[in-house]
Amino acid sequence: MAPKLEIKGLNKTFARTVALHEVDLALAENEFVSLVGVSGCGKSTLLSIVAGLLDYDEGDILVDGAPMTGPGLDRGVVFQSYTLLPWLTARQNVEFALKAAGYKGAECRKIAAEHLALVRLTKFSDAYPHQLSGGMKQRVAIARALSYRPKVLLMDEPFGALDAMTRHEMQILLTRVWETHKLTVLFVTHDVEEAVYLSDRIVAMSINPGRIKTEFSVNLPRPRSAEIISSPDFIALQRRVLSTIREDFAIDEN
Amino acid sequence: MRASSMRQSKYRAAWRSLFTTGGAIGRPAFLTISGGVFAALFAIWYAVTASGLVQPLFLPAPGAIWLRLSSLSTAGTLWGDIEVSVYRVFAGFFIASAMAVPIGVMIGSYRFWEAALEPLADFIRYMPVVAFLPLTILWTGTGDIQKFLIIWIGTFFQQILMVMDNVKRVPPDFIGLGRTLGLSEFKLQMKIVIPSALPGIWDTLRITFGWAWTWLVVAELVAANSGLGYRITVSQRYFETDTTIGYILVLGVLGLLTDQVMKALERVLFPYAKGRS
Repeated sequence: MAPKLEIKGLNKTFARTVALHEVDLALAENEFVSLVGVSGCGKSTLLSIVAGLLDYDEGDILVDGAPMTGPGLDRGVVFQSYTLLPWLTARQNVEFALKAAGYKGAECRKIAAEHLALVRLTKFSDAYPHQLSGGMKQRVAIARALSYRPKVLLMDEPFGALDAMTRHEMQILLTRVWETHKLTVLFVTHDVEEAVYLSDRIVAMSINPGRIKTEFSVNLPRPRSAEIISSPDFIALQRRVLSTIREDFAIDEN
Repeated sequence: MRASSMRQSKYRAAWRSLFTTGGAIGRPAFLTISGGVFAALFAIWYAVTASGLVQPLFLPAPGAIWLRLSSLSTAGTLWGDIEVSVYRVFAGFFIASAMAVPIGVMIGSYRFWEAALEPLADFIRYMPVVAFLPLTILWTGTGDIQKFLIIWIGTFFQQILMVMDNVKRVPPDFIGLGRTLGLSEFKLQMKIVIPSALPGIWDTLRITFGWAWTWLVVAELVAANSGLGYRITVSQRYFETDTTIGYILVLGVLGLLTDQVMKALERVLFPYAKGRS
């Protein structure tokens, strides 16, 4: 089957640094892939480019076989910063995206309600963002990005600003949503445990120049329970990924 | 015994909090302190005039000023002056703002307009407004138009730079979100950039409205035949210090009133912008 998202020979240079060098990556339909690496390895840059929010120098990006020409509704994005529009309620924020995608009144309301229920926020539908906790805001952002059915979901360290407990809850919630909903996801994180817990495949990136270093298949059973993180297989894989990333620290220090 | 000592330590903590960086203050305490400062100043004013320490020519007693303002009020002079000045300041400020907001949004959003207009506005804004007084009189005479023009010169160029700043503070990811939702340039402005910058723009308008008052009074002091500033000039000519000071106080009260109204409206219009101002 043709990949849902395909990145071929991607190069990106900022003033002096090579942010991305010859990056090739393909995501199969309904595959959950995490990009991990030290800060500055270009993982967020890669995601922004795929989202169409950043230019690149060379290469091809195909979404469902079609060349990507800019930002669009075929790719949903969940940002690390809170991007709920503060003058709209949780429900209106989801409807905002649905209206942009061309859905009409009653349909908007129905789909928004379904997706708020999916992230368990029905009770907070009419709350404004300043009345929601950080984790709730990101749940609404996920509901919003899923609501208009993009072909690929791009997540840029979406739980990076959350405390450890909330983060863990969000990972469980995202896994549950993904396992019932099935979607192609490209997920950027610097948290290896998070990557192992969520992903089908982990792509480790390396710095200077930013490039893909190694890939790891995550052959852990699904549905994944919260307890899986203490299983020997989980810990072994986590160690392997970590040591790969740590090599970059060693290079930095020399 | 125990309860009273606990109450005592509570008071001590509240008192200490008033002098701690970023400390808290209750509304009653705030009102007591701010009201106390007004009362203290008033008491000093009363004392120095009642004791004859300062001559009425330099500083009349509060009572004398009150009497003068009431007689000007019954005669209709005060209300006529307020009406003329309020009309001028609102009209001038409206013209300046109606031009500055769209232009500021353009400069804040589009690099072309920033390059074209931002350095120019920066340059003009450093020219002293008072230096334009003779020119504006030469160009437009001493009527209302000249007052509008002075208010416009004094506020417009500051406003566009402040609105530009308000727009630049829109989080980049809000704009990124709009783009990933496929919004057109126009919709991105109307549905994300402007609503997001609006509380800040409102704040800019509130602050610059105070400046508009200042420039109006300056213009009226120099050349006018009506208005609050005009009355101040005339009173000074006849050494009617009570009128001069009374009118200055009226200007202060008018400024405070508009500021409070705009702040109250801000809470109604942008209830979500909590903890911003």
